[in-house]
Amino acid sequence: MTWPKKYGGQERSFLDRYVVTEEFRVANAPVRAHFTADRQSGPVLLKYAADEIKKDVLPRITRGECCFCIGMSEPNSGSDLFAASTKATKTDEGWRVNGTKLWTSNAHHADYMIGLFRTSPSTEENHRHGLTNFLVDITLPGISISPVHNMAGLHEFNEVVFDDCLVPNNHVLGEINGAWKQATSELAYERSGPERFLETFYILTEMVRTLGTEPDNRSAEGIGRLVAQAHTLRRMSVSVNGMLQAGMEPVLEGAIVKDMGTVWEQALPRKARDLTAFTDIGNRTNFDRLLRYAIHIAPKLTIQGGTTEVLRSIIARGLGLR
Amino acid sequence: MTETDDIIIDTTARIFSELGDPQTLNNACDDTWQQPLWTALADSGLTRAWVPEDQGGAGAEITDGFDILVTAGRYAVAVPLAETLLAGWLLAKAGIMMPDGPLSVAMGNADNPFRINSNGSLSGTAKVVPFAGDVDHFTVLTDKGVALVKASDCNIETGVSMAGDAMSDVTFDGVTPSTVAVVPGGFGIKDLMLMGAAIRSAQMAGGLQAILDLAVDYAKERVAFGRPISKFQAVQHNLARLGGETAVAVAAAGSAADAIANAEGANAQQFDQAVFLEVAAAKIRTGEAVGDGTAIAHQTFGAIGFTSEHVLQRHTRRLWAWRDDYGSESEWAVRLGEMIATNGADELWPLLASR
Ligand SMILES: Cc1cc2nc3c(=O)[nH]c(=O)nc-3n(C[C@H](O)[C@H](O)[C@H](O)COP(=O)(O)OP(=O)(O)OC[C@H]3O[C@@H](n4cnc5c(N)ncnc54)[C@H](O)[C@@H]3O)c2cc1C
Repeated sequence: MTWPKKYGGQERSFLDRYVVTEEFRVANAPVRAHFTADRQSGPVLLKYAADEIKKDVLPRITRGECCFCIGMSEPNSGSDLFAASTKATKTDEGWRVNGTKLWTSNAHHADYMIGLFRTSPSTEENHRHGLTNFLVDITLPGISISPVHNMAGLHEFNEVVFDDCLVPNNHVLGEINGAWKQATSELAYERSGPERFLETFYILTEMVRTLGTEPDNRSAEGIGRLVAQAHTLRRMSVSVNGMLQAGMEPVLEGAIVKDMGTVWEQALPRKARDLTAFTDIGNRTNFDRLLRYAIHIAPKLTIQGGTTEVLRSIIARGLGLR
Repeated sequence: MTETDDIIIDTTARIFSELGDPQTLNNACDDTWQQPLWTALADSGLTRAWVPEDQGGAGAEITDGFDILVTAGRYAVAVPLAETLLAGWLLAKAGIMMPDGPLSVAMGNADNPFRINSNGSLSGTAKVVPFAGDVDHFTVLTDKGVALVKASDCNIETGVSMAGDAMSDVTFDGVTPSTVAVVPGGFGIKDLMLMGAAIRSAQMAGGLQAILDLAVDYAKERVAFGRPISKFQAVQHNLARLGGETAVAVAAAGSAADAIANAEGANAQQFDQAVFLEVAAAKIRTGEAVGDGTAIAHQTFGAIGFTSEHVLQRHTRRLWAWRDDYGSESEWAVRLGEMIATNGADELWPLLASR
């Protein structure tokens, strides 16, 4: 929605996009496959890709014809992204990639990956040096994808193994060895969006339905507190997006929204379980099904895209403590 | 933020840092600081911010008034500034000239408002009126409208709030108000509760900012095990949570203030559901933030923060007092929850998204 018209975008504001994202989340719309490209990969390409690649790939994203996945984490590199060891070696034909990416959501549906690969060793002075972002066509020879089933029994993430995969030279995104410099503003988008507190919102709606129109004090208080918290998170999230729209880089604020939003959406199913403990079982079969699912997925909410601990360390840095 | 906002915040901050600095007041052995601080606030017009110019006030925007309150909250305000602002706002609505000197507001409760008898006198007792012993007048919400009452005519118990500020029961039996007037379009206890809760939320947002700053500075200075405690990750993460709770409080209080300003600007007769959501959310969420935030701040300071000489308690005890005023988190949550339940599940998201 926000991208330049020449690449198929509509040049609308980030707040317009915010509203649409929010409605998708609340309606539990099945948009996830395209969301990665819209939120993260597209903006990275816009900023760092060669023009011929932008002209080729971006319009296909906007037409909904191609999906992206993110290849950052590895078996031995999660929170510490800069420990990534999947290697890209420069050759005459292009870059040869070898190694394993893990937890790659939707790799099995994706057309492209934006992969973070090691192009030189880190240095004594800069632990973060030596990594480069690449655009990778996931259909290239030398890439094999195998499913990793999550604890809810679903196939969301994958292991992606690179075995002498050849990535063309013009697929380098940004500065070689300098991927660490590219993070800031994209991360603020990634962290402050409505998906960072609305993941389990349907539980709140259905809990209100289950508790009925005349709740007792305990139930009413529970609803009231949760609604107050949801409303405040939303106001914060909207305001961070307003700051982004104004061209600022609210790194601290984005981290706060994600920390508080994910902790909240994670606790919501547990609180809803407590509050509905005394309601008539006959009224709640659908609710129980949803609740069971939400409790299953709750653990991931404070891990994916940067753990609570990592976020708090970022906030602490923002407060001048580190 | 507009330029006037900046000037108002700067003026408030300057007066408090010169005459109402929390550490200085905490060291003082008597109340002689009260008069100069109050005079400076009154002379600058801050105490009459919400009274229109044609009624002898400063005619500031509603949001300006809330900015004053956030700033005063940062300085752990211990004079009836918030109460006087609220009283002025209410008197202006009723078209009553605001008297000089500090004021406070008494309102009874929803089931039992104060009545004006056939002989024109009031009866009833107001519970825990903030700064009751320190003010010249009370603004009383009665069944016949807004009444202005001389404090010296009333029977004021001695008492203090959780923070040690004057706060006590006031009995109005037989007292005849100097003026009584109705608010055009009607105005009830619920409306006054909303304004009071928004005011306390703003003060709490300011107070949390103050304790965050204090705790962060202290963590950088205090050395244990050979390094500043700010280097310990457990301390960093506690303070990150305090930072988060503070951000929440600022956002919630600001959003409620904007909602009230918009409703007032639109000359709405009474506050609607959206304003109710905003204010309830602010009072609930700032109150919750105070609970978690004050615990973290005290934890960071260790024993020194638990002493009466230390400035921290000047802030945290006021935060606890403000949290109780104009309805606790639980009271607001029950009312908000009832409203949401009555509206029905399918109205919840549309209401949130409308804000
Ligand atoms: C559902 C889901 C989808 C995902 N999708 C993707 C994807 O599409 N692409 C992708 O690249 N990755 C993806 N991930 C991976 C995700 O980014 C990582 O799981 C995350 O960064 C944490 O890394 P880790 O799992 O290796 O945990 P670790 O880094 O090993 O952390 C384990 C624990 O140690 C704590 N810890 C680590 N370092 C510190 C520190 N410095 N201070 C304090 N505590 C610390 C962590 O907070 C955590 O509690 C996904 C994860 C999940 C759960």
